[in-house]
Amino acid sequence: MPAPLIEMRGITKSFGAVKANEAVDLSVAPGEILGLLGENGAGKTTLMNVLFGAYAPDAGEILIQGRSVRIASSADALAAGIGMVHQHFHLAPRLTVLENLLIGMSGKSGRIDRAGGLARLAEIGRQHGLTLDPNLPVSALSVGEQQRLEIVKALFRGAKLLILDEPTAVLAPSEVDGLFSALRSMAAQGLGIIFISHKLNEVRALTHRCTVLRHGRVAGRVDDPANTTSAAMAQLMCGHEIVPPARGPSTPGGAVLILDGISTSKHSGTALRDISLAVHAGEILGIAGVSGNGQRALAEVISGVRTPDAGRMTIAGQTVSRFSPREVQALGLGRIPEDRMTTGLVTNLPLADSMVLPRIGTSTFSARGLLKPDAIRAFAEEQIKAYDIRCPGPMTRAGALSGGNLQKALLARELAFDPKVLIVSQPTRGLDIGAARFIHEKFLDMRAKGCGIIVIGEDLEELLVLCDRIAVMYEGRIAGTLDSADATIARLGLLMTGAEAHG
Amino acid sequence: MFRLEVRTSTPAWFNLVLPLLAIAATLILCSGLIALAGANVFESYGVMFTASLGDSYAITETLVRAAPMIFTGLAVAVAFRAKFWNIGAEGQLLAGAVASCFVGAIPMPGPLAMLLMAVAGAAAGAAVALVPATLRVRFKVDDVVSSLLLNSVIYYALMALIEGPWKDSFSGYPISPPIEDSANFPVLIEGTRLHLGVVAALIAAPLIWFLIVRTTLGFRIRVTGENPEAARYGGIHVERVLISTALLSGALAGLAGVGEVGGVHFQVMSDISPGYGYSGIVVAMLARLNPLGVVPAAIFLAAVMTGAEAMSRATGVPAFLSDVIQGTALLAMLVALLFTAYRIRRVGAIR
Repeated sequence: MPAPLIEMRGITKSFGAVKANEAVDLSVAPGEILGLLGENGAGKTTLMNVLFGAYAPDAGEILIQGRSVRIASSADALAAGIGMVHQHFHLAPRLTVLENLLIGMSGKSGRIDRAGGLARLAEIGRQHGLTLDPNLPVSALSVGEQQRLEIVKALFRGAKLLILDEPTAVLAPSEVDGLFSALRSMAAQGLGIIFISHKLNEVRALTHRCTVLRHGRVAGRVDDPANTTSAAMAQLMCGHEIVPPARGPSTPGGAVLILDGISTSKHSGTALRDISLAVHAGEILGIAGVSGNGQRALAEVISGVRTPDAGRMTIAGQTVSRFSPREVQALGLGRIPEDRMTTGLVTNLPLADSMVLPRIGTSTFSARGLLKPDAIRAFAEEQIKAYDIRCPGPMTRAGALSGGNLQKALLARELAFDPKVLIVSQPTRGLDIGAARFIHEKFLDMRAKGCGIIVIGEDLEELLVLCDRIAVMYEGRIAGTLDSADATIARLGLLMTGAEAHG
Repeated sequence: MFRLEVRTSTPAWFNLVLPLLAIAATLILCSGLIALAGANVFESYGVMFTASLGDSYAITETLVRAAPMIFTGLAVAVAFRAKFWNIGAEGQLLAGAVASCFVGAIPMPGPLAMLLMAVAGAAAGAAVALVPATLRVRFKVDDVVSSLLLNSVIYYALMALIEGPWKDSFSGYPISPPIEDSANFPVLIEGTRLHLGVVAALIAAPLIWFLIVRTTLGFRIRVTGENPEAARYGGIHVERVLISTALLSGALAGLAGVGEVGGVHFQVMSDISPGYGYSGIVVAMLARLNPLGVVPAAIFLAAVMTGAEAMSRATGVPAFLSDVIQGTALLAMLVALLFTAYRIRRVGAIR
């Protein structure tokens, strides 16, 4: 076994009373892809921030090729050959691909070597299949291409170790394959890679070895991920066994949400073209499709923020007349948005405020224009307890909570008032196994209570586990609807590419 | 080596300590200018303090000056909470002054006149604030620019009035005719200028605090300011909230003008406001947009203004120093606000 490229020894880092990392050891050899696993809050991000120079550890040392080094800033990390691709990209959207690569590369002379940059870009593209048009502005790139640019940027700067923080969370299934083959090609050339992910099937397919964190400590190591079961890895992460939720037979009732010939103009994003669908009480309907095929517009229409140009929508037997969020809520629609931070919660205000936001005007939380602060607080406290939302209290700034806890808070807020229809987008994106499991169970509970649920998602495996029927969207239309008993990833994938359904 | 690190939470005592630190930094920074003007720094600040807060008469004078800035400070604090960037409190104040002076000049019983002056002034201020708010909601016009530029429009319209049709024929100066004596706001302490409007300002602050913290409108204002998208999805009519905020903000700024006409000048002239509308921005920022904090912040700026004049007479340092202190205080506060989001960390050696 070759000498480690990078070694972290006994890393400890505390924030106040919380030990985010405690005596963590980790090493990566040249040519090795290491999976870093752990639930949210297990300390993965802190550990990588220590390695990348954003935090100084309280104890421990970092060795690069056997030499102890001090990394006090991201500049030090880059100089030491460590590149990191964050979940949120650090790119200048109005500059071109090439210009983004050359930022900070002018050297002492102040000259920018465009020709040399172009040549390196082409070379990296050839070697690993990471091709990019150098003259396109970053704003014109897809999310997958932006991620590719971040990887190329790290290689461009001579990274010997590449850290990827949940890179597949933003990718469509087909893009994941491309990413994996590029990573394998880089590893074959002697690069070390640290791959952070929640998705165990991806970790098993890609990595050579895994380090699992739990509560800031190393909970275990997996030496042969390809031949280790997901269940065994999940148990290491959570400390207990994880059983997938069982979806019992459904007894659908009458339709609670009906869309009849809904069409929108192409104002922003993909237009909807003559969408008709029905969700029944006690049923979970999945909406699959490659991102950008009208899912967003569909969610906006159902949520009442976009008025369709044609068509009719009925919630629990009542026709929606004005398409306002207030109207659809009053008719019994609950909503878990795709983007928790921008359209769901108010990060700078207390959590309690976000939890009562859609119902602040109702008599539960206000009367004659005056708030009922005690009722608001009591409601928030009750939900925090019922959903085990980890936070110091209802007056905590919402933005201080982790993604899983925010998702629980949103779920609590919508489910507390027994919606007749629930619309959900990407319900478990970025969540760890435990939190995702919890969310799925809640949906199945609601289904048993007779709520109609519509789940918009890109994770086909999740949809197959959760949904009774799956409709596939393609270019703003419903390309086909399958009973999940008959649905396979292959059949759904075919519909997602626009092929017509048979039977 | 030092570095800024993102904070996950902000301790509550920051709200109190940050403005005090900003004020201390301001006084230290401005002492350089006093020394440059050839005066003793401690003596100058001493004169400023005694002249503004040293005895009971000085305190009443400072309060009289603070009153309009409490109103404009509240106007700005309310607007900024909703992220309606109202830089137009100055123009709204002037409009309120003109409207209340018109009403006050009509003979009628005193209490009725005072009430109607307040209503007219608040309505005029609200009407002016409605312009940038409507432009933003309907046409996405930047409210900073439109509300700021409107100040000049109102100011020169006022000048045209008092140089022209509304010129006081009796005195011949470019000032408006005075309001009726019966409409003059009662003085509360004999021998001072402490008038009813000052009390109104001191009562307005807790009322506005209550509105922001305890009412559904206040809730909607806060949520709309912090995240308009979440507000919209949550069923809040964001445009309506912005318009309501603008009306409230403009009305408060208009009341600042009412107090100046009814309690201090009894007529309208071109220099009725030495920039109280702009000072309102400094006041609101020092108060961290908390309506209760507006009162001490306004009193601080008023003390600087009154004190600077006395200091100028005693030591020869130009009274413009008060403007410099205001500007420096705003900058110091903006820097201080950085520390609510970040902390300074010493980066120590690892090994």
